[in-house]
Amino acid sequence: MHKELRSHIISFLHAGIRLDGRKLTEYRKPIEVEQGVVKTAEGSARVKIGETDVMVGVKLEVGEPYPDTPDEGTIIVGAELLPLSNPEFELGPPGIQAIELARVVDRGIRESKALDFRKLCIEPGKKIWMVIIDICPINDAGNLFDASSLAALAALQDAKYPAFDGEKVDYKEKTDKRLELEKTPIAVTVIKIGDKFIVDPDVEEEKVIDARLTVSSMEDGTLCAMQKGGDFPLTIEDIDKMLDIGIEKAKELRKHL
Amino acid sequence: MSKIIVQDKSIAVPGETLAVGMDMLPGSGTYREGESIKANRLGLAVIDGRTIKLIPLSGRYIPKTGDTIICKVIDVSFSGWRLDTNSAYSAMMSMKDATSEFIARGANLTQYYDLGDYVMCKIVNVTSQKLVDVTMKGPGLRKLRGGRVIEVDPNKVPRIIGKQGSMVIMIKDATKCNISVGQNGLVWIDGEPLNELLAIQAMRKIERESHLSGLTDKIKDFLEKNGVHRTNV
Amino acid sequence: MPYNERIDGRKFDETREIEAKVGVIARADGSAMFKIGNTWAYAAVYGPRNLHPKFLQDPQKGILRCNYNMMPFSSSGERVRPGGSRRSKEISLVTGKALLPVLNLDEYPNSVVDVFIELPQTEAGSRCAGICAASMALADAGLEMKDLVCAVSFGKVDGSLLVDLDYSEESYKDGPVADIPIAMMPNSGKITLLQMDGEIRKEELMELIEKAKKVMADIYEVQKKALKEKYHEVEI
Repeated sequence: MHKELRSHIISFLHAGIRLDGRKLTEYRKPIEVEQGVVKTAEGSARVKIGETDVMVGVKLEVGEPYPDTPDEGTIIVGAELLPLSNPEFELGPPGIQAIELARVVDRGIRESKALDFRKLCIEPGKKIWMVIIDICPINDAGNLFDASSLAALAALQDAKYPAFDGEKVDYKEKTDKRLELEKTPIAVTVIKIGDKFIVDPDVEEEKVIDARLTVSSMEDGTLCAMQKGGDFPLTIEDIDKMLDIGIEKAKELRKHL
Repeated sequence: MSKIIVQDKSIAVPGETLAVGMDMLPGSGTYREGESIKANRLGLAVIDGRTIKLIPLSGRYIPKTGDTIICKVIDVSFSGWRLDTNSAYSAMMSMKDATSEFIARGANLTQYYDLGDYVMCKIVNVTSQKLVDVTMKGPGLRKLRGGRVIEVDPNKVPRIIGKQGSMVIMIKDATKCNISVGQNGLVWIDGEPLNELLAIQAMRKIERESHLSGLTDKIKDFLEKNGVHRTNV
Repeated sequence: MPYNERIDGRKFDETREIEAKVGVIARADGSAMFKIGNTWAYAAVYGPRNLHPKFLQDPQKGILRCNYNMMPFSSSGERVRPGGSRRSKEISLVTGKALLPVLNLDEYPNSVVDVFIELPQTEAGSRCAGICAASMALADAGLEMKDLVCAVSFGKVDGSLLVDLDYSEESYKDGPVADIPIAMMPNSGKITLLQMDGEIRKEELMELIEKAKKVMADIYEVQKKALKEKYHEVEI
């Protein structure tokens, strides 16, 4: 469907440039991270990468632990591709695109152990904190994966516990106690088009990708989650290069936190 | 004696009173209510003698007979092609309007125009129900090969084209790009990467500053100042 | 004790602080943000665009579709479950009815204009904030519109007639409360949304509606300014 666009993009990439004038592994500018934007949430953040604009809110609820992990709290990540943010999104329950987005963000946080789930336990076997992270794009101009992951982390960093008297949560009263973030896993999605690699795709580029690899890595470069997407396979050499780009770019994004 | 309330070449918003009195006349984008002339949309108020009208500054394209537009093929049937016109309405192109070649019955139409192809075509008819018919027969009408298509504000297209095409010709000359501008707000462009980017920047500048006077000179300056890549071609 | 001093110190006919901005969602054909106190609404307009399924089409004119949605973290209480509720469906309906009278979609038979309203943060008056944002977004989308639509809630709290109830007033426990969201075409004074729950005398309601004209005129000025700010660079 996008034959001509794809070959045009590739001819640009061979000249070392993107359709919007960026270098191949350059993010759009400006990158903005704003925390505490939503007062009704226990924690929130809004991330803009170029024209892409994502809001994430964290709500804290008290629930029961899973039987196999009685002394651990949990996180739940939800994403809704709001039709407000993109003419192609439709109303209705989350489709597979939204589910994948939520799960990729979830994995980055969960597997990095950014949150110590044991610290979310209130009473073993009975009461735990559930950290509910909701992703809401305001304007989808491409690369929701990286923007949402960054916003989710920033929202967690911002989150404070509401008052809890052992019976009921009083959402009107926030305590000074923060969720403790032990790590800062950053997701970078590396895209392969033809034989070139780029980051931070815009809407046009997203139409013609061959493959993508979302790489979540921590401060010391340790990987904590990955997701390959796109219709084409990757060679071992491809993956080698994409991981290097992902880890390198994560350092850059982390500075915005 | 009428009183003009709005300033010439200023922005008016829906419902805003532009003038009071019966000697002023409501032009396009305005309506009369009692003594008053009011804005019927968001636009740039222009006072022309006794008439006040509003020039649209936003809004999607509406197909009009005679317009030359850029469309994407979205469906191929056995009698013709359905095209996306970048508006609320798609267009039909029948076999006889598509090419002067003879097309045998049952031929594979995708060999002429395939899904996803862009074409420059002309609207020959729009019904009251907005059924749109287009043709490929006419000067400059063709399949757009290579390059890319960008979206501009359809309301700014006349400024991007310029008087007798002067603006777009200037951009083409300065950037050595092939450019075709559709009245539906799609622009096809193909050139050397840096020059193509410069041409697009120039068009974005026109979109932003479309109502300023001396636009041609500004764009000329802009192209000269930034046109360092010409020597590379 | 009668409610003769507002909890947040506002005058009886004073709204909470209002902030508005147009053109906040680049991908939309028209968009706006409207914030009143702690209630915060975004609206995006897409269209006129192709309408499917076909049986929904009107061959005489374009149709308007509105969707009101609270983001999951937008309530000061528990998380709002995503997906429409009966409440949000009803608000979507009355929002559409509130906006339609100013629009002329005759030029767009068989098509649809979609309005999506999202609330990142709410604290009373969210449907009215949504309507204010949507009306600016429709103007930004360049549609034929004879007026904007302004909306704010009015009410009676323990005997006092008030403008723009906040949460503490909506949920006031020490006396009866009436909550009356109103939308108005500010230039004609005609009303396009009127709902109420609570108790009020007819004379008091009429007094509030009379008051509404002045308040709506102030909101119209804020909307006007926001619209002009987006486009001011084209002025000479």
